[in-house]
Amino acid sequence: MIKKIFLIGNPNVGKSVVFSRLTGVQVFSSNYPGTTVGFAKGYLMVGNEKVEVVDLPGTYSLEPSTKAEEVATSLLRESVKEESVIINIIDATNLERNLFLTLQLIEEGYSVVICLNMCDDAAHRGVDINTSSLENILGVPVISTCAVTGVGIKLLIERIKEVTPGAKNKLGHQERWVEIGKIIESVQKLNHRHHTFRELLEDASVRPLSGLLMSIAVIYASFKVVRFIGENIITKITDPIFFDLYRPLLERLSSSWQEKGFWFHLLIGDLINGKIDFKQSLGVLTTAPYIEFGMVLPYVISFYFVLSLLEDIGYLPRLAILLDNLLHRLGLHGFAIIPVLLGFGCNVPGILATRALESKRERFIASTLISIGVPCVPLQAMIFGLLGAFGGFYVGGVYLVLFSLLLIIGVIMNRTLKGYSPEFLLEIPPYRFPPLAVLGKKLYFRIRGFIIEAVPIVLIGVAVINILIYFRLFDFITSISAPVIKGLFGLPKEAVVALVIGFFRKDVAVGMLMPLGLSAKQLFISATLLAISFPCIATFVVLLKELGVRDLIKSTLIMVFTSLIIGTLLNFAIIR
Amino acid sequence: MAPGKKAKVSELSGGFALKHRLMSMGIYPGKEITKLSHFALRGPVMIKVGRGTIALGHSMAGKIIVEIE
Repeated sequence: MIKKIFLIGNPNVGKSVVFSRLTGVQVFSSNYPGTTVGFAKGYLMVGNEKVEVVDLPGTYSLEPSTKAEEVATSLLRESVKEESVIINIIDATNLERNLFLTLQLIEEGYSVVICLNMCDDAAHRGVDINTSSLENILGVPVISTCAVTGVGIKLLIERIKEVTPGAKNKLGHQERWVEIGKIIESVQKLNHRHHTFRELLEDASVRPLSGLLMSIAVIYASFKVVRFIGENIITKITDPIFFDLYRPLLERLSSSWQEKGFWFHLLIGDLINGKIDFKQSLGVLTTAPYIEFGMVLPYVISFYFVLSLLEDIGYLPRLAILLDNLLHRLGLHGFAIIPVLLGFGCNVPGILATRALESKRERFIASTLISIGVPCVPLQAMIFGLLGAFGGFYVGGVYLVLFSLLLIIGVIMNRTLKGYSPEFLLEIPPYRFPPLAVLGKKLYFRIRGFIIEAVPIVLIGVAVINILIYFRLFDFITSISAPVIKGLFGLPKEAVVALVIGFFRKDVAVGMLMPLGLSAKQLFISATLLAISFPCIATFVVLLKELGVRDLIKSTLIMVFTSLIIGTLLNFAIIR
Repeated sequence: MAPGKKAKVSELSGGFALKHRLMSMGIYPGKEITKLSHFALRGPVMIKVGRGTIALGHSMAGKIIVEIE
């Protein structure tokens, strides 16, 4: 009886795509090794039975070398062999390397079905695999699929029932490769082809000079596209909705309001010159939706569009190679750029992605750096929205400070923490061009995730803040923290409220600064402080889960200490 | 080994764990590999193994002993 189905395979062979096809459960997939770092569960009907399907992180062998691989192998080891089926997903363009894990699985006596994925790409690259003869040699069902479009998935489900456990002699690594060599010779034919333009690009992006030029072009273009899309959504869509449709509605509501007491304060907020000001009123119906939908959401959309595109094309691992040298000085290696980039969207997935790094030390360094020096999209959107009015100089300044901090703290941690950083070892995937529908779906799920997670917290957050302000409960915190806020950072003492709110949500925190009428310098300092000080509560919880209490405390101390120094330094160093 | 050159892996030196990782990724004695490029200042080295491309750290690459044909 089949009770569980495990999806296992080398990194970046499309396990998660197959999983989504089998179960209908949406999981993220990208074109780089290590997208899946935890496991996902879903259900599939096999005959009349409902069977649990588990998507595992990719692994090259049954002996793990990263935390993500550990997740895969330990889950597999815990399972009951007789009750589980393994769908071993293989990248058809690279059959030889993938067979190593396959043979290991069969030798261990698991019931295996092989899903020969990416068949379309293999055919394109002149790889011809004889599936029936592969089936005969291995003694397990082999089904060729193209999971992105769904070809072969039905057949795969049908043949799951046919499996029988394999039992072969265990081989040493060297013997296994000899065996694989023989298999490849009899089942795979390579048609010689000329280098395609795509392959030329692939090679150019991993050569030092051309790679560097390409990376500068890609980063510059990405930045421009993010700004272009974000600004256009704001000026063409969200601002007209807020100012031409929503505000007149609110104004009518506000003017018909007789007694402007507690509820008025909570929902509409303060009137600025007798009018509703989305940026300064601070009401649950005014500033809260404007921050989330009018300022942050447009950039969330544009950022994730560009990130998803880069992920699916397969550019990120190439960026990792170029940055390997620099990141080594921070105790990391090139791959760490991927969690960092994800962190620019939201720190939570960024920190989760550090699981694909090998050592605990690297994970600590990467997580700490992400929470200090990598501002998430909502925070960045607010910084652009607010500080942008004073000119690009200040916005650039925030990034410059954060970037320098990343380098300095990274170098210090690398020098002081025990242990050494492991070396870079990463498979570089070929470029792939995702169908637009696939890209659109991923973008949709990311944006939906943002709305579900952020909007309730923002609305509740603004409500709670308003209640606290209304009943003057912040006064206590304001007065005890005044020496630090005023004396060291040069900010008005009310700014502490924003720093506290930063623990819940960074975008709302910047929103709290808006009515204070800060000077450019003060705004610059407080925005920078919001980025480096405590991460928001969601990030905090993930840090606790990933690092454990002791390392979390260590990491937090570094953040507090850095905030104090930087806040003071900026205050006294900037004259104007 | 110059970029663009082919060679046969003759030995993997280094610890058991590293040997194991390299082997599970398809780098084993007897396998033919092609060096694509390397980066300055002891940066990573890119090699082609079978149909895949692998980037590995400088000293890790140094542990793959090859025989140039």
